[in-house]
Amino acid sequence: MERRNFIKGAIMVVAGAAVPMAALEILDPKDVLAANPDLKWAFLVDTTKCVGCGMCVKACKTENDIPWTANVSRTWVERYVVTKEGKVWADCPKQARDGYTSPLLDENAAGKISVDPNDIAKGFFVPKLCNQCDNPPCAQVCPVGATYKTPDGPILVDRTWCIGCGYCIQSCPYGARFFHPVLHVADKCTWCYHRLHHGMKTACVGACPFGARQIGNLRDPNDPVTLAVLDDRIGILKPEYGTNPQAFYIGLSKEVD
Amino acid sequence: MSYVWRPLWVVIILVAGVLTFRHFYVPKDFGIQEQGYMYGFHRLGNEKDWINFPISYKFSKDDSYCQQCHPGHVKSLLASPHAIIPCEDCHGPALNHPDNPPKLQIDKRRALCLRCHANLPYPGAGRNVVPGIDPVTHNPGQECVECHNPHNVMEGLQ
Repeated sequence: MERRNFIKGAIMVVAGAAVPMAALEILDPKDVLAANPDLKWAFLVDTTKCVGCGMCVKACKTENDIPWTANVSRTWVERYVVTKEGKVWADCPKQARDGYTSPLLDENAAGKISVDPNDIAKGFFVPKLCNQCDNPPCAQVCPVGATYKTPDGPILVDRTWCIGCGYCIQSCPYGARFFHPVLHVADKCTWCYHRLHHGMKTACVGACPFGARQIGNLRDPNDPVTLAVLDDRIGILKPEYGTNPQAFYIGLSKEVD
Repeated sequence: MSYVWRPLWVVIILVAGVLTFRHFYVPKDFGIQEQGYMYGFHRLGNEKDWINFPISYKFSKDDSYCQQCHPGHVKSLLASPHAIIPCEDCHGPALNHPDNPPKLQIDKRRALCLRCHANLPYPGAGRNVVPGIDPVTHNPGQECVECHNPHNVMEGLQ
């Protein structure tokens, strides 16, 4: 064999071996679509529609069997009152279980605060719940594998496996987790996983008379929530944490934390 | 060499014991699932456990579930501004009604109406659109339903 031919052949063999089999595979678009789950839940909160009735909190606690009198809830509604001088008041008595029926703000140890209506620049309500982050710190810190992300989005807690150490409660930047006072395990909003998988909306979405809460499937291009996430001016809570939350907000204000 | 082997046996038996216990204690479907090690380390069967959680509220579209037996009430409700309120917000979760429970507990308390109708002076909030009263001066101590029909609020005072 000539030296020239040998080098030529060697280069051919090495170049051929360098191409992985996957590069030659012809992909069927249907297979690619099937490999991606066809469900990805997203939540949309329109704070401009919320009136602070707290029906969502009541329905959530009833639906998910969260102790009524305990100061814990999977969802809650915060009230913000901003005065003309720029002072920000915020409260959330009993997680807004009974709604907001009094103009007095519950500042816990400081007592009930009365703000002169003529001094109020703006006042509004912000419903909150678990953001079902795409990068959930709570699932990452669990030492026993009790909390995890499902393929369609929501983060769940395995109640039989949770040891109640509380790392996940500490790790959530949104304060969405709490210790279940009866079951003694970590608990959190599941976006009513059981209802979603039976073709229903979450309890809070169903209970809201004003349409301030919506849930939808981001894989469905015609879903109203998908369209809102794509086209509307939406915000997310605490983007600086890099959690990539999947609950989107319309009408967020800089006072909201 | 027995001074080496004696403690070594203790260690070997301990490790074997832990591994045997783990083999029987950890469920077979526990492991790294499709979400990866960081977020997906869990018992696969738990997803089914959550899907099988009991449903309390129907929240059917246009109250179609309630309409099957109570068409009159639903019709008058849907004709009023209260049409946006689902039946179960005031009547409580339907559960398996009418089989179980046969009768629902209706919340007729003043506090329920005040959730929306207590006036709060917040410019720009949706609350301003809802007609509001001052609960301190507006017939204190009386239930709203004594005068107002919650199904057909435009009907006037009773």
